[in-house]
Amino acid sequence: MSDPAQPLLRAENLRVEFPGEDGVVHAVDGITYQVFPGKTLGIVGESGSGKTVSSLTTLGLTRIQGANVSGRILFEGRDLVALPDSELRTIRGNDIAMIFQDPLSALHPLYSVGKQLTEAMRAHRDISKRQAQERAIELLGLVGIPDPKRRVDAYPHEYSGGMRQRAMIAMALANEPKLLIADEPTTALDVTVQAQILALMERLQDELGMAIIIITHDLGVVAEMADDIAVMYAGRIVETASAEALFANPEHPYTWGLLKSIPRLEADRSELLVPIPGTPPSLISPPSGCHFHPRCAYAQPDHSRIDPQLEPVPDDPGHFVACLLEPEARRRLWAELQEGRRPQEAISEVGLGGEAG
Amino acid sequence: MGEPDLEVAPNDDKDGAAGLRKDGDALVEVRDLVKHFPITKGVFVQHKVGAVQAVDGVSFDVRRGETLGIVGETGSGKSTTARLVMRLLEPTSGEVRFDGQDITKIKGKRLKSVRREMQMIFQDPYSSLNPRKTIGSIVAEPFAIHGLLSSKGERRKAVQELLETVGLNPEHYNRYPHEFSGGQRQRIGVARALALKPKLLVADEPVSALDVSIQAQVLNLLRELQREFGLTLIFIAHDLSVVRHMCDRVAVMYLGRFVEIGDAAELYRFPRHPYTGALLSAVPVADPSRHGGARRLLSGDVPSPANPPSACRFHTRCPKAQELCSVVDPELEEKPASRGLVTACHFPLDREEVEAIGLPSSSQSAPSE
Repeated sequence: MSDPAQPLLRAENLRVEFPGEDGVVHAVDGITYQVFPGKTLGIVGESGSGKTVSSLTTLGLTRIQGANVSGRILFEGRDLVALPDSELRTIRGNDIAMIFQDPLSALHPLYSVGKQLTEAMRAHRDISKRQAQERAIELLGLVGIPDPKRRVDAYPHEYSGGMRQRAMIAMALANEPKLLIADEPTTALDVTVQAQILALMERLQDELGMAIIIITHDLGVVAEMADDIAVMYAGRIVETASAEALFANPEHPYTWGLLKSIPRLEADRSELLVPIPGTPPSLISPPSGCHFHPRCAYAQPDHSRIDPQLEPVPDDPGHFVACLLEPEARRRLWAELQEGRRPQEAISEVGLGGEAG
Repeated sequence: MGEPDLEVAPNDDKDGAAGLRKDGDALVEVRDLVKHFPITKGVFVQHKVGAVQAVDGVSFDVRRGETLGIVGETGSGKSTTARLVMRLLEPTSGEVRFDGQDITKIKGKRLKSVRREMQMIFQDPYSSLNPRKTIGSIVAEPFAIHGLLSSKGERRKAVQELLETVGLNPEHYNRYPHEFSGGQRQRIGVARALALKPKLLVADEPVSALDVSIQAQVLNLLRELQREFGLTLIFIAHDLSVVRHMCDRVAVMYLGRFVEIGDAAELYRFPRHPYTGALLSAVPVADPSRHGGARRLLSGDVPSPANPPSACRFHTRCPKAQELCSVVDPELEEKPASRGLVTACHFPLDREEVEAIGLPSSSQSAPSE
C-alpha cells in the first residue's frame, strides 16, 4: 500500500487562471500543499480565495471550464495536470472522490439514490447489478441512513438535508477512495447534523484509512478535523502548519484576523471582535506585493512592492508563513492581540515601523 | 396542554426568568402565540388535511434595550416567530403586544404607524435589495412610504447621514446594489431599517451569508447602533457563538416551542434542557487542544412539524427521555439551581451531566480533561 511517509497527493506551484471578458482571473496563484495517507488537510479561506478551484483542478474539473492550469499535482507518482481525460476518469470517483457543499444540486433529482450509487460503482468495477445494489444498501447503512433497504429506492427529494449529505458521502465512498475531498461538507447543515457528519467522516477515515482534504471557511470545523491546515487568501497560501501550531501560534496577520473576528462560545459579551477591514480583493487585478497589504493593519510601505514567499517559521518545524514582518515582531504582535489589545494598540506597544524604522 | 402560568415569576428574581412581567417595562409581549399553516389537498375544492405547527404556543417578553436571541435548528419556527412579531404573518391565535398595544388585530393607519416602530434586517443581502434602484432610493423608501421629509434635499441629507452611520461612503448615494459587496449590502439593509428610528429591530440571520472577516464588521455595527440609539433587538441565528456574543437573553426553540429561555450567560454555562446541551456540545470549537471531548451527538433529524411527537416534542431524540415525557407536556419553569433561566423539561440536566458534555463555557467550573 501507500507509504505513510510519502505524501499521497502533492500540489506543486499550482496555478489556475480563467480567461474572462474583463481580464484573466488568477484564481489559484502558485500554491504548494500535500496530504499524507490517512491524514486530514484543512484548507481555510473566504469566498474567492481559490480553495475550491484548487480542489476542482485536482479532479481535472477546471479544464472543462477553459482554465489554464500550470504546475503539477502528483498523486501516487502521476501528474494529474498532465494526465489525459480518459486516464483521469479512472481516478476520479475511484481513487479520489469528492463531496460538495450542496447535496441537493450534486445529486440527480430524477434517479433514485440507489441507482446513482450503483452507477458510481459500476463505472469503475466489473460487478453485477445485484452485487452493486447489495453494496449500495450496505453503504447507506454504513453512513447511518436508517432503514437502508427501503431508502435505497427513494429519490433525493425524499431525503432530509443531513441524509442527502450522508448519501453523497456513501457515493464518494463507494469505491473506497484513497483521498476524499470534502468541499464545505457541512456548511448548509444545522450544527447538530454537522456534528453527526463530521463524526461520520472521522469514523470512516479510521476504518478505511483514507486521506481527507476538507475545504471550509469555518475555523471550528478545521480545528476539529484537520491534522494540517493551509490558510488561503486571494489565490495564495499565506500560512500552513499543523492544526495545533496554527491555532496556538498563528503567524500571518490574516490568520490573526480570522481568529479574532469569530466570537468564541466560551467568551462573554465583552469579548472584542476585531474585524478585518475592507473586502477580499478582485482576482483579476490582485493588489501588488503582499496580496493582503491593503487590509493589513501592520503593513509597511514596502509591503506593496515585495512579494512575500512562504518561509519556514524559526523554531517551529513544519510551520510556514508568507509575511514580510520580522518573525520577532510577529510574535510580539500576536502576544499583544492575545492580551485583548486592538491592532493599533499592539502596533504602538511593539513599536512597528514608525520610531523603530 | 397546560396554560402557561404567567404568574410563576420565581421569588428571588423580580423580573422572572422568561422575562414575563406586568409593569410595562417590556417593549414586546408575546402570549400563547400560535401559527399553523394549513396543508391542503384537492384541485378545485381545497380540503384541509392537516397543519404545519410552525409556532405552537410561545410566550415571551422582550425588554426595552435588550437583545433577545432565538436559536434553533432549521424548521424550529424561529423565523416564523419573528415574522409574527413583525406582523408580516397573521397568527392563528395568541397575542403580540407592542408598546402595550395588541397588534394582531389592528389594521390600516394604526398598523402602518406601528410598522414604523419595528424594522427587519434579512439574511440574504443579495435578494433583499431591489437591483434596479440606487441605494439612495432604497434607503429613502421608508420616508416615501410614510410620507416623511418630502423635499428632495432633506431626504438626500437624511439618507447620507444614515449611510455614514452604518459606515458607508455617503457619496455612494447614486450607486446600485451590485456595486457593493455582501457586507456592504448588509450595511445598506441596516441603514434602511434605521431610517425611521424604530424602537425594535428584528435581525433574522443577519450575518450567516457573510464571510468570516465581514461578519464581525456587521456584528460590531449592530452593537454600536444598539448602544447609540437604545434599540431593542431580536436576534435570530443558528450560530450559537454569534448569539452568545450579541444577546442578553436567549430562547431555544424546538419544533415550534420554546424549550428554554433566560439569561444568556447562565444558559451557556449551565443549560438545563438536554436539547440546549446537545446544541452547545455540537458547536465545533476553534481550538484543536480541546479535541475529543465527550460530545453528545443527537441522532436523527428534527421530526416533521406537521406531525410533531406527543407531549415533550424532544422526547424522540432525547437521551434522558422516559415514559412521562411522551405523556405529560413539561412547562417552562425555573429548575432548582438555575438562576434566571426557565426550562421545559421533566428531567433537566444536572451539573455533572453538563460537565460531562464538556462545554467550553463551563470550563471555569469544570476543570477540562
